[in-house]
Amino acid sequence: MTDPVIIVGASMGGLRVAEALRRAGYTGPITAFGDEPYPPYNRPPLSKEVLASDVSLEAVQFPQRDATADVNWVLNTRIERTDLASNSLTDEHGHSHTFSALIIATGIRSKRAEWANPVMTGRHAVRSLDDAIALRAALNPGTKVVVYGAGFIGCETAATARKLGCDVTIVAPGVEPIARYLGLDFAQWIRAAHDAHGVQFRMQSRIDNTIGDDRITGVVLDDGSTLECDVLIEAIGSIPNVEWLAGNDLDLSDGVLTNTAMQAVRTDGTVVTNVFALGDVARFPNALFDDEPRRVEHWNIPTDTAKRVAEVAAAQLAGSDSVDEIVAKRFAPVPSFWSDQYDIHMLAYGIVGLADRSEMLHNTFDDDEFCVGYYRGDELVGVCGVGMRNVVMGYRAKVGSSA
Amino acid sequence: MTIKIDVDMTKCQHYGQCVFEAPDVFRLNSDDKLEYVAEVDDSERGNVEAAIDICPMQAIFIVD
Repeated sequence: MTDPVIIVGASMGGLRVAEALRRAGYTGPITAFGDEPYPPYNRPPLSKEVLASDVSLEAVQFPQRDATADVNWVLNTRIERTDLASNSLTDEHGHSHTFSALIIATGIRSKRAEWANPVMTGRHAVRSLDDAIALRAALNPGTKVVVYGAGFIGCETAATARKLGCDVTIVAPGVEPIARYLGLDFAQWIRAAHDAHGVQFRMQSRIDNTIGDDRITGVVLDDGSTLECDVLIEAIGSIPNVEWLAGNDLDLSDGVLTNTAMQAVRTDGTVVTNVFALGDVARFPNALFDDEPRRVEHWNIPTDTAKRVAEVAAAQLAGSDSVDEIVAKRFAPVPSFWSDQYDIHMLAYGIVGLADRSEMLHNTFDDDEFCVGYYRGDELVGVCGVGMRNVVMGYRAKVGSSA
Repeated sequence: MTIKIDVDMTKCQHYGQCVFEAPDVFRLNSDDKLEYVAEVDDSERGNVEAAIDICPMQAIFIVD
């Protein structure tokens, strides 16, 4: 019997690559390992609509198609070690599994702060379904919530907690929320929206420690002041899940380095042709911008990189003559994401973070709707709008080109 | 052969991601609200499935 294609990671990227392998004509066995007890589910609503209403697997589970009905989903099972020399993996129970091709789809996890006070009760992250279930149960009218971190997840979670009637304070080291990404003017606009909804801010502040014995009752900021809270939500960034790949000379300096065919690259620059990475964990060059590999934690990246992996892997496994041609194909997905906070609906394309300047393209920050362009020199590297979706979408095709 | 498409408008948030996957089936109107063709030729199935996959709200369905 031939060894299966093994997908490690049973989230959206894992599901999408299984589907795409079938679509690309691969009919052999596929095994997918996931360390959560759940089949693939949709994460973005976990900080938004679903957190505001009904957090359950039913609310977020992806439908599965007939084409992937024969995928062997091994859930609740973490892969602990990898030996690429023998094409094998070892799971947490000590069982080993050999593969014909390995697809790395383990994504990222929430970065957690380390404080002297060991109490964990009342501390929350926002990443997994279990995180969201626990957080939802803790958010009630009048609950005092501190959100640590003012990026997209922090701001969305703060807005949702406000909607649920909690008292919310955002604590973050930056000058304004999401400023590093969207720029100061846009950030001030977002801050004003949160102010109008009654969110308190302690910007340019860090949390030095927590207070509480059995459970959190407050936090100590770096200026020595304290904030009371029942719930502390940590939204301070993410860590790529790559520890299980250690010891194989792969470049794991920030996620898994890949080439444009999403094949893993070793520290010496050589390519492991039957090992692929996709989604949040993959650091890949995107021809839309340049040849610099980057990890991109945006909505469509798992799906687009999954298609790319499947196209290359299926050709390779079939022994096709066209593999080199497929590998050499231009790969240039346009990153896309959105954010909902209160009645503010943001939509963005590109990698706004590459910009050295921004420019208001439509309306002004005094309007309810506007669209901002982000430029690296003359090149439009991103666009982000509030409302006016048709206008924002019109710029999608221009991302990566000079105005 | 045709396929029938249903969008759960209680879920749809008009993100427009589907528009790029199946431009002959989905569009945002001048009020930025989703409009779609409810019955299309089977040749659109691949595009519609891609739209289903990319929908952030998972609000699009093929009714078989």
